[in-house]
Amino acid sequence: MSRAVAADRPAAGRSLRHRLAAVGLDRVVLLAIPAAATIGLLFVYPFLYGLGLSFQPLDGGGVFANYRAFFNDAYQASTIAKTLRLALPAALLNVAVSVPIAHKMRRPMRFKRLITTALILPVTLGTVLVAEGLIRYFGPQGWFNQALLGLGLIDAPLRLTNNYVGVFASLVITGFPLALLIVLGHASGIDPDVEKAAATLGAGPTQRFWKVTFPLMLPGVSIAFMLAFVAAFAVFPSAVMVGNPSGETRVISIAAYQAAYEQFDYPMASTIAMVMAAVELAVIGVILGLRSRLYRGATSGGKG
Amino acid sequence: MSHVPPPAPPRRQLTFSVSSWILVGVVAFFLLNLAALIFSVLLNSFASSWFATTLPSGWTTRWYAFAMDSFRMGRVLTATAQISAAVVAVSLAVGTPAAYLIARRDFPGKRALLLLFLLPMLVPPITYGIPLATALYKFGLAGSRGGVILANIVPAVPFVIFVLVPFIEQIDENVERAARMCGATTWRVFTRVLAPLTVPGLLAAGLLVLIRVLGMFELTFLTAGPGDQTLVVALYYTVFAAGIRPGQAIDAMAVIYMLTTFVPLLIALRFIDPTQMVVRMKREAGA
Repeated sequence: MSRAVAADRPAAGRSLRHRLAAVGLDRVVLLAIPAAATIGLLFVYPFLYGLGLSFQPLDGGGVFANYRAFFNDAYQASTIAKTLRLALPAALLNVAVSVPIAHKMRRPMRFKRLITTALILPVTLGTVLVAEGLIRYFGPQGWFNQALLGLGLIDAPLRLTNNYVGVFASLVITGFPLALLIVLGHASGIDPDVEKAAATLGAGPTQRFWKVTFPLMLPGVSIAFMLAFVAAFAVFPSAVMVGNPSGETRVISIAAYQAAYEQFDYPMASTIAMVMAAVELAVIGVILGLRSRLYRGATSGGKG
Repeated sequence: MSHVPPPAPPRRQLTFSVSSWILVGVVAFFLLNLAALIFSVLLNSFASSWFATTLPSGWTTRWYAFAMDSFRMGRVLTATAQISAAVVAVSLAVGTPAAYLIARRDFPGKRALLLLFLLPMLVPPITYGIPLATALYKFGLAGSRGGVILANIVPAVPFVIFVLVPFIEQIDENVERAARMCGATTWRVFTRVLAPLTVPGLLAAGLLVLIRVLGMFELTFLTAGPGDQTLVVALYYTVFAAGIRPGQAIDAMAVIYMLTTFVPLLIALRFIDPTQMVVRMKREAGA
């Protein structure tokens, strides 16, 4: 392949292949085909197929009948609010707590590797196991209630499972480590010299954090919030296992699942999935829109 | 040469301020609860019975035998091993060439390609899992082991790409040029020069995909028939149908699941820093 190219020819007689290669399109680009075809076939096509299906309601009634049915049925439409009520506060809390901790952990410290390793555990274990653990640990006879009773803080066991609290706890347990590791990964890239420079100019610790470090951390923080939100928005197993799946934690993914696997109404299930994607992408769009207005220049001092 | 003592760590870190103590307390509280959560599952799996006491009243290992028998663990473990092996192999084979391209070249449409690979990581599995399962049903692929593998490949391929790109970028391009100058063909450059240098990246990507497939509930749940459940889905069904089943046996199954994810995680941590395990896509997203 390369031998043919090696023979120099006058520029005037260049073939199409040469002209394409000049803009960066040569045979190496073909390497993307297997991966792009896989994603196209297994992600883009099903998504479009589902979108098409959502406009073909089982019972007729026009193109938008499924969407009308979803939004006019309070039991279904309220799942959006229920999901957001879980996902937004959970993502916000996870990220808000992560920022000061990551700020402190940025400096070299003892046990850092141990702590980050312990934090990756709940991300690895996944929501099903965390939910099962919460049933034991947060249950009326679990250690958490026993400890509170033993300390005399409460008189009767708190009800922490089969409701909003249980699902929220599961979202914090799996979401907080994720947010902290993302913020930390981003914050470690900020040059400490930038902060020192601010100090020489007379900025105190508070000013240094709010005027220098925090703005530099914000792009990473917004990505962390976005991913924490995406993970929390799709809450499914824990909403069923430690939540109240027919009441306050009937999130939108449960509605989609029930349409597909209990009523076998695939068009309706696709409709709910599309609504879910639209709501979620709208939130992501807002975050990315705000993010694009942030400073995203160098995070290191010196000559760049 | 005179001996230069290494710079002493600044004393400042040892004198914690009040805010530092609060933050340390928050992390400690979190980790303590996490440990207690995992331990209560672990202890319960060995408990003969455990009601409203600090520790179980007696110890036994019979729940493991019970779980192996009554939850068809043999079949579940075989299905889990086959599905995860297939997903790791396919996603590495498909993702590696694309990762090489993205690491080495600039070309028109690169941003669009990156967006295509980023989307499956931004849209949660249950959102595209339902249309995907519907499409797989249309072609008669859902409810089969092949369908589960196909569904799990979707998030795995972009993941492989974003893990591998930084590894490939680290390899000096001059090594490739030198090999070419010495007469190596493209194929030989790939197999004799690039592949050996990429092995740590391939291992890391493979292990991380393995961990993700083992923990991937939604996609497997939506596409698996009764015979193709992976461990995490089988665990969900067991909890869901609880009542007639002893809780200790469910926890025995949960412990077996934990072990299957811990082992690859411990190996993976030898190659990668935990913070990097979640931030790989950051740079691409910020590009």
